[in-house]
Amino acid sequence: MATVATCGGDAVGVGSAVATASKSNVTSFQRRGPRVSGTNDSGPRLVSITGTRPSVRNGQLLVSTGLPALDQLLGGGLAVGTVLLIEEDKYNIYSSLLFKYFLAEGIVNGHTLLVASANEDPANILQELPAPLLDNCKKEFDEDVYNHKTPESNIKMKIAWRYQLLPKMEQIRPVSSSRFGHYYDASKRIPQELIEASKWHGFFLPEKISPTLKVEPCSLTHGYIKLLQFIQNIIYEEGFDGSNPQKKQKNILRIGIQNLGSPLWGDDICCTENGDSGHNLTKFLYVLRGLLRTSLSACIITMPTHLIQNKAFIAHVTNLSDTVVGLESFIGSERETNPLYKDYHGLIHIRQIPRLNNLVCDESDVKDLGFKLKRKLFTIEWVQDNYLRQERNIYPPGFSYLLKQKDSAWGEGSLQHSTFLMSFLAKGMGFPFFQLKLLLKDGFVLIKKGMLRDDSLRCSHSAI
Amino acid sequence: MFPELNNLLNTTPDRAEQGKLTLLCDAKTDGSFLVHHFLSFYLKANCKVCFVALIQSFSHYNIVGQKLGVNLTMARERGQLVFLEGLKSAVDVFFQAQEKPHPLQFLREASAGNLKPLFEFVRDALKPVDSGAAGWTYPVLLVDDLSVLLSLGLGAVAVLDFIHYCRATLCWELKGNVVVLVHDSGDVEDEENDILLNGLSHQSHLILRAEGLATGFCRDVHGQLRILWRRPSQSTSQRDQSLTYQYKIQDRSVSFFAKGMSPAVL
Repeated sequence: MATVATCGGDAVGVGSAVATASKSNVTSFQRRGPRVSGTNDSGPRLVSITGTRPSVRNGQLLVSTGLPALDQLLGGGLAVGTVLLIEEDKYNIYSSLLFKYFLAEGIVNGHTLLVASANEDPANILQELPAPLLDNCKKEFDEDVYNHKTPESNIKMKIAWRYQLLPKMEQIRPVSSSRFGHYYDASKRIPQELIEASKWHGFFLPEKISPTLKVEPCSLTHGYIKLLQFIQNIIYEEGFDGSNPQKKQKNILRIGIQNLGSPLWGDDICCTENGDSGHNLTKFLYVLRGLLRTSLSACIITMPTHLIQNKAFIAHVTNLSDTVVGLESFIGSERETNPLYKDYHGLIHIRQIPRLNNLVCDESDVKDLGFKLKRKLFTIEWVQDNYLRQERNIYPPGFSYLLKQKDSAWGEGSLQHSTFLMSFLAKGMGFPFFQLKLLLKDGFVLIKKGMLRDDSLRCSHSAI
Repeated sequence: MFPELNNLLNTTPDRAEQGKLTLLCDAKTDGSFLVHHFLSFYLKANCKVCFVALIQSFSHYNIVGQKLGVNLTMARERGQLVFLEGLKSAVDVFFQAQEKPHPLQFLREASAGNLKPLFEFVRDALKPVDSGAAGWTYPVLLVDDLSVLLSLGLGAVAVLDFIHYCRATLCWELKGNVVVLVHDSGDVEDEENDILLNGLSHQSHLILRAEGLATGFCRDVHGQLRILWRRPSQSTSQRDQSLTYQYKIQDRSVSFFAKGMSPAVL
């Protein structure tokens, strides 16, 4: 895995996070920076690649996914040498947007791109990338931020007071191009000069394989073999794997593969129930990951998993990928009219985060995440905030309620913090008093008595 | 290795049992911490270890191993550890035709292959050296993980055959141990995986099953570990002993506690 090798024990580099990450990790890479002797001015003593930073947890080299909100949920960014698998939403609207953010981030940082697609010419994909927001757009940005803040966020929550203590999801501010992670304007195209200044390689499947070619049966679909050879060629030729001593590459290769597994790639996994009997896609992923692990590259793959009927196959693909994120858009589904979700365009599920060089990983505590796309911002928020607002409207304070216990999660031995509405009767005591009895397994009974503060109906518990 | 897990299993590196098959299983959670435990356990027990690592790179296991007190690079250099790095070998075998059979030869084959080359690799790695100078106690095979072999096109029967041959050679002939990890797909219908899991469960002497909590994610309790001791050879009515604990994974260790006794609650 690519990690940051500290020279001589003193770590100078990108951001303040490096100071905590100074373990000398031996990998197939040893990157030595030029030592600046004696001078105490600005020359960096550690060769750092633009657009990367070491992870706070273990010094793993990270790149931004192009979406700072997603970076935060993945523990700081996407680790170099790993695969980010995006499970496409039904009409491939938001997943292709994430795909483009990833590539645009590569252009802004000066990384080399490799774009592979079976249905769209990579040159066209690059033309459609969103424009980055840099410092000169600060004024327009501030306006958007002002509109984005809901008027209620300043009001002290009375009922859901515990939720006010939770940290906000994202710090919204414009960044200059040297920072890690940028914001993009989805309504504008990226300036042509940025595309021309960047280095990119395109793999357009119809160009690479001729339909009349006679192909002998071999272990992988012809398209996948060609793509793997293409990727391996670029990695070797341009020195991303460090094997070529003449070409010392100090850049990241960003690989983007669109709609992997769709029939246009020659794969039948999305068409038939028992597709992929040749295990083409899984073998492809395995060899691809082997290529990535030994090179300075990061890969994003979008896959139309909603078309795959064989659910066991999706489990295999998840195990063979590193980070897996699923997108679910509300377009055309019954959730579009659900008042709970009226502010959001869809849900985002972080299905898997890898544990790299570590026993633990940075999993976010919050599991119900919704996203919304405004012109300049793709934000991800905890959907529960909205849920609580709904509840507050239903149960205005000043009345007494007899409520059924709901959302109980007292599994045997479970320790999940669970929120529930409790039953209480204000029997003229002058203050809300409640008693809660819960029957647990093996005859145990949990009895909780107490007073409610303010007019709070919400309480969080850990149970034995 | 995790000292608390050693206490639960009632073993230490000095007096571990030999000739056993241990099955590690995870359902809805990540059971890789068990692999790290057994890797460092057997290295500390001075065994000759062959590690077939199919899912992560060498540096990953090395860095975690350093946190647990073993140095994989040194172990490999002095011959105690034979490491087959699946990801790197897959790239080699895929792009270049090999003269002699490669352990991962099945990646080049269009139809379902078998694991004979892999078994031969393991057998050659662990057969006792005649000079007898090295002085390793007994051989151990560790595989992380077998479900990857199923995803890559091998049938459950081929994998079971491979394990059978490994057991016959390592457990019975050389009095060593075999430890394998299999993912449990749970409610997802995966026939091949179920065949593999059931077949291995019947052959194992010790089953460690890491499960996620039924109620979902919790920050203080990462999951539940079921330990099952079995006697596959005896068909008597002696009941298999089973214990269940909950655990929390930390940076350098894993703490175990009885159900509901997490320090976060007490």
